[in-house]
Amino acid sequence: MIDSAVVDLSRLQFAATAMYHFIFVPLTLGLSWILVIMESVYVMTGKAIYKEMTQFWGKLFGINFALGVTTGITMEFQFGTNWAYYSHYVGDIFGAPLAIEGLMAFFLESTMFGLFFFGWDRLSKRGHLAVTALLALGSNLSAILILIANAWMQDPVGSAFNPITMRMELTDFAALVLNPVAQSKFVHTVAAGYVTGALFVLGISAWYLLKNKHIEFARRSFRIAAAFGIAGTLSVIVLGDESGYAVSESQKSKLAAIEAMWETEPAPAGFNIVAWPNEEKQANDWEIKVPFMLGLIATRSINKQLPGIQEIRAKNKERIASGVQAVIALEDMRKNPEDKAAQEKFKAHEADMGYGLLVKRHAEDVRQATPEIIEKAATDSVPRVAPLFWSFRIMVGLGFLMLGLFVAAIWLSIYNTHQKHPLLMKTFLWSLPAPWIACMCGWFVAEYGRQPWTVFGMLPTHLSASTLTSASLWGSIAGFVGFYTLLLIVEMYLMFKYARLGPTALQPNNA
Amino acid sequence: MLDYATLKLIWWLLVGVLLIGFTIMDGHDMGVGILLNFLGKDDTERRVMINTIAPHWDGNQVWFITAGGAIFAAWPFVYATAFSGMYWAFLLVLFALFFRPVGFEYRSKLPDPTWRKSWDWGLFAGSAVPALVFGVAFGNLFLGVPFRLDDTMRSYYSGSFWALLNPLALLFGVVSLSLITLQGATFLAHRTDGDLQDRGKKAAQIVAVVLLVAFSLGGLWVSRIDGYVIQSIGDVGASINPLMKEVGRAPGAWFTNYGKHPVLWLVPALAYLGGIIVLLTIRAGLTLLAFIGSSLACVSVILTAGIALFPFVLPSSEMPKASLTAWDATSSHFTLNVMLWVALIFTPIVVAYTGWAYRVMAGKVTRDFIVKNDKVVY
Repeated sequence: MIDSAVVDLSRLQFAATAMYHFIFVPLTLGLSWILVIMESVYVMTGKAIYKEMTQFWGKLFGINFALGVTTGITMEFQFGTNWAYYSHYVGDIFGAPLAIEGLMAFFLESTMFGLFFFGWDRLSKRGHLAVTALLALGSNLSAILILIANAWMQDPVGSAFNPITMRMELTDFAALVLNPVAQSKFVHTVAAGYVTGALFVLGISAWYLLKNKHIEFARRSFRIAAAFGIAGTLSVIVLGDESGYAVSESQKSKLAAIEAMWETEPAPAGFNIVAWPNEEKQANDWEIKVPFMLGLIATRSINKQLPGIQEIRAKNKERIASGVQAVIALEDMRKNPEDKAAQEKFKAHEADMGYGLLVKRHAEDVRQATPEIIEKAATDSVPRVAPLFWSFRIMVGLGFLMLGLFVAAIWLSIYNTHQKHPLLMKTFLWSLPAPWIACMCGWFVAEYGRQPWTVFGMLPTHLSASTLTSASLWGSIAGFVGFYTLLLIVEMYLMFKYARLGPTALQPNNA
Repeated sequence: MLDYATLKLIWWLLVGVLLIGFTIMDGHDMGVGILLNFLGKDDTERRVMINTIAPHWDGNQVWFITAGGAIFAAWPFVYATAFSGMYWAFLLVLFALFFRPVGFEYRSKLPDPTWRKSWDWGLFAGSAVPALVFGVAFGNLFLGVPFRLDDTMRSYYSGSFWALLNPLALLFGVVSLSLITLQGATFLAHRTDGDLQDRGKKAAQIVAVVLLVAFSLGGLWVSRIDGYVIQSIGDVGASINPLMKEVGRAPGAWFTNYGKHPVLWLVPALAYLGGIIVLLTIRAGLTLLAFIGSSLACVSVILTAGIALFPFVLPSSEMPKASLTAWDATSSHFTLNVMLWVALIFTPIVVAYTGWAYRVMAGKVTRDFIVKNDKVVY
């Protein structure tokens, strides 16, 4: 029997290390393009201040990048160390984009990273700009491939189950790469990175302007960040909407939970701006609703109906009962591969097999699945509502807040009135954590919202973990917490120190 | 599309190529890290050493990442079973690797000597621990690893971390540690000058001898233990799982491939050739040639072990028939084919721009250079 404590601890460890990794990733994605913009201006105009800007923001980029690399290795190890059955079950498909990421993107990014810092005196101006652009390109390509892998977990296209090897296998590479979920997710996620990079530069530049330091340097950085940020924020919002549309197609359970929509409503459904979801009553204690809005956003129609949580659970109950038959047939086929009756039964129920596996959380032998157990498995099949409902709203709220901030920043830049609005400038500085909080909420919605699956509809999270002991998990979690806390303190210390120094950090006899 | 059995063989070779690429490229970075505190007598000297690899270590580390990714994609059974089974060994490597990116990037950002000294030891750990553990892991492959598979292909590991540290495995650890240190020493001899270069040369000579001795002892020892043999297996040109075969154990069986194809003895012979090239060239100052000799030793040592094990990748001591091999632990026919094209297209591109990066940064790193560029370099 699979140890539930190990599964829960493995989830905790993965969530913590993945979110920690994503502290550093979005800044890399966004800041790299900002460096390209600054250096392009330098190459085109020859003004030394833009080179200084590229080098200074590049220094902060490097401090951040080091921890991004460090924590990224953890992610690659962890599928194997802690999610061994997942790795076996879907490695044939999921491993491909990860390997391609290494070969196509991470090599490029990492090789150019070194040349960016050490190649200033050895490359021509244009040559160095090309290096910076390839660095940015590499980091963004890397994001595409990781999101292709993640999109497949959300919507497992282009693959089929092989009963001999007991795993999913790739059947259509193009479908994997061109997964529509991956496309909207990619633009949404990298644009979130652009917003992060932009607000990072904006906030720190605002601080210099408030302190009357490095005025020219800060004004120019501020302007570039404002322009880049507004483009980024608009992309995030538009593609966030596109992601929502994609989810309504592939994961109705996630959408219903995000919206706290317990019962199916007549189309087009209303959108709960705020509500108080109550898991026990299976209803909202109260809600403020905009009529028709959800139906319009999620289905882009006025007559397509979106199923509520209760309807989804009822449908899943049928699929679980059918899936149990597939699991039983597969067991019979393993005992006797020639068993024709089992083969036919398997074929008839194969599409629901993942649902049948949901039973294994409650009964190791699926033949023992009673109606109560199937009921329990159906209840599991939709994630808890409140955490999704709230994290989604925090993400969206912060998105619109940042849009407002960038509009204000553009306006200040155009009229050059930074000094006249100290309160606004302080707001930029104090909003620095906003993009990170929004990113964390976004990933939480994506991953927690997919539960109880690691691969939606195919492989339950409960079956995906390695056969480890709780003691090992506690040990490794302690190790990660210790190392990561220490590293974060060191990173923040250097980041603050160099941000405070500003461009003078580049001159000898400082720091 | 190539037939399945051929693709399985090609992927065995490609994983080998990636491991060799890792040992040559990331190996010389790790070698520098291992030697850092022993050859660098003051802070400036240590910075000289670090800056010989500063522009490249990050790109080189991707050989490691890509090898891991390729094993995931091409040998999912191996990735899943090895990483989860040897949980603490892999976490040890991971925790040690943490010190490298931050160590390189942060150590010279503050002038405080304690700060720098601490990171120097961090870089040592981040280099020496993985170098040692890789050899130890390889050694354990020859002994077999205690795991079993159930009929849903879920793996269960019954060994402990401490059992991995047996004498044979530790001897293999000495081989990998000296191999990687040799890479670092010859690279330093090539990219530094003066006293530091002399110390690098001396280190290279000592380590080359240690490597050849440990390599020979390892071979002798392996000839005296039981190896694994496939007694019967399903159609290797079709989709099969690891439980569809029978496996036995026999003394000296790890030399079966060499017995069948005596020409393969050339492979271990090249390791000696590589070591001898290092010893002959390094004193004469032909440092690039010495580095090439050391890299030849990397190719040969890894291939020697791989050929001995072939087709086994992860033999199981607890349930020999569950042993993972190049025939039954791979991805599907289609995935192997797609990934082959990916590898054929992108590997040459990677090699090309890596070569370009080394050309751009060519030349010796000197004390003067560090002093002049105090704020810019690592």
